[in-house]
Amino acid sequence: MAICAKIDTYEQMYLIRAFEERIAELFSRGELFGTTHPCIGQEATAVGVVTTLEPTDVVTSTHRGHGHFLAWTGDVQGLMAEIMGRATGVCAGRGGSQHLYAENFYTNGITGGMGAVGTGMALAEKQRASGNIVCSFIGDGALAQGILHEAMNMASLWDAPILYALENNLYAMSTHVRDTLAGGIVPRAGALAIESATVESDDVFDVIAAAEQAVEYVRENSRPYLLELRTYRFCGHSINDERAYRTREEEDEWQRRDPLARLAGALAETERRAIEGRCRARIERAIAAARNAPVQDLGDIGKGLWKS
Amino acid sequence: MEKLTVGRAIAAGLRKKLADDPTVYLLGEDICDPYGGAFRITRGLSSEFPGRLINAPISEAGVVGVATGMALRGLRPVVEMMFGDFIALAADQLINHAAKFSWMYNGAVSVPLVVRAPMGGRRGYGPTHSQSLERMLLSTPGLRIVAPTPRHDAAALIGAAIDDSNPVVFIEGKLLYAAEQATVSEHYDIAHTHPPYPAAVLNNAAGEQPNVTVVTYGPMLPVVEEAMTAAFNEDEVACEILAPSEIGPLDTALIGESVARTGRLIVAEEGPRSWGWAAEVVARVVERWGDRLVARPVRVAGRDLPLPTARPLEDHVLPGVETVRGAVEKVMLQ
Ligand SMILES: Cc1ncc(C[n+]2csc(CCOP(=O)(O)OP(=O)(O)O)c2C)c(N)n1
Ligand SMILES: [Mg+2]
Repeated sequence: MAICAKIDTYEQMYLIRAFEERIAELFSRGELFGTTHPCIGQEATAVGVVTTLEPTDVVTSTHRGHGHFLAWTGDVQGLMAEIMGRATGVCAGRGGSQHLYAENFYTNGITGGMGAVGTGMALAEKQRASGNIVCSFIGDGALAQGILHEAMNMASLWDAPILYALENNLYAMSTHVRDTLAGGIVPRAGALAIESATVESDDVFDVIAAAEQAVEYVRENSRPYLLELRTYRFCGHSINDERAYRTREEEDEWQRRDPLARLAGALAETERRAIEGRCRARIERAIAAARNAPVQDLGDIGKGLWKS
Repeated sequence: MEKLTVGRAIAAGLRKKLADDPTVYLLGEDICDPYGGAFRITRGLSSEFPGRLINAPISEAGVVGVATGMALRGLRPVVEMMFGDFIALAADQLINHAAKFSWMYNGAVSVPLVVRAPMGGRRGYGPTHSQSLERMLLSTPGLRIVAPTPRHDAAALIGAAIDDSNPVVFIEGKLLYAAEQATVSEHYDIAHTHPPYPAAVLNNAAGEQPNVTVVTYGPMLPVVEEAMTAAFNEDEVACEILAPSEIGPLDTALIGESVARTGRLIVAEEGPRSWGWAAEVVARVVERWGDRLVARPVRVAGRDLPLPTARPLEDHVLPGVETVRGAVEKVMLQ
């Protein structure tokens, strides 16, 4: 692995980790309104998959989308301002943490729903012969939604070029996947004649390798693919979660597999510190900018509801 | 000449858009030939436009979600719900997805999606195949609800819905599929207001002042027309009937202007009386033009019951010509 790839990947993953930790602090200090779903521990799945996409491809994501968003855009300012409810946010404060938009990037807060929307997007890209594919991030919990079964069925029937990037972090809120999912994840794809694979995300470069294969398959064959990414969120489901449903031993075990720490170990100390300093400075600049930004003009609140 | 029914007009509108706009796709259960849809509206189109109609699995939520994604990425999909009642299965995709994207992304995207929904009773299909569920969607900002009547150009309306950059739910009264579309009548002067979603304005006062404003939409219009023709012939009640095609969001100005002239208001719809479209229309008129009313407004609507299958039972639950006549009596006596 080239050292520059490691540096770049570490910078992206660290940016996400530091961003999420800072968001948690801002919440605990009462500076933020509402809720958010951090992806601390899952940086390798976000960065690892997104790295393998082309800029003209399309990504859909979920309530837990900051990592995907940052990996896709690097737009710390736009995301921070959005979470802080400012006019300078990517959706002017209307969407907030769960409802993010950037070019070719769409999230929504309804578990599983974007899997269907993403499938339609993939069919549109195919129809327009754009050569683009869609990557729809979904969670293990989302797999219990009937609409995902419907969408994957259609994706297979109609040859939609879509990668379902399923982040299996073992939990949907407080509920373990063994209590929500009968049978297995990958067998579901098999039943629909959809290619699939599973990858552990301890090493982000394993994720990249698996995603590269999946993306290539989707693009070459114009077929759907399900990639199960085994991961773990170190934090609570949302800001308001004491994680009483799992043991500290279990968490410690996963912490020892932290993909960010693993990659950090492969970098020279000075290099690593420089990266971390850069990321933190970007985040602080974004916070300062958002604090000084206005909220959306209330006279504009109806804009965009009806398109002419 | 074969008479032009509302069903044929919708089909003609779909055909024209398929021919004119290569981004238009039709998705739905059993819409392809030889079947051509449960009500045969799309019959012939899959043969005429190969690859542009897609027979969907029985996945109403999934198909509306997929169509929403297609719309977000530059296509103009039209989904046929086999029966409008099934739109309940797609409620999340309409309310939490299609209706939200443009606004919640601060106007950055458009969702030019059409969902065609055959609604309404009087065909004996019973409690789960006869409802008028548009009311469930009317309270979602960002969804346009359009309903043709035989007094509209249904081909133009479906064309406008497909050209629309917003999600449109197109309410097709099942009973209207076989009804003749005619914009002239021996009983009424018929005018249309601003396109692309005009209201049909029917007037039988022959230049005199009408006595009552009757507001309705979709498959209730023929019922209202019949009742008001009888009221005119028997009791000399002249009326102005307003049938907006865009029932949500609703432009109330036309209704208010008419009520300001007549002082009397009846609002008629086929769905159950409670929490309905008529309630909203009455509330708006009373709020803004209440001082122009000379009589309390009257609603005509279905009973607050599920729809039975047997014809006499269904007739009892749905508002008919006699129900409208009763409302006229009530509003004229005050
Ligand atoms: C339709 C719907 N039901 C419930 C919720 C509440 N909810 C938000 S996230 C979540 C768990 C999702 O679990 P999973 O798909 O595994 O994603 P993860 O949170 O683990 O990233 C639930 C139940 C929701 N947002 N939408
Ligand atoms: Mg999960």
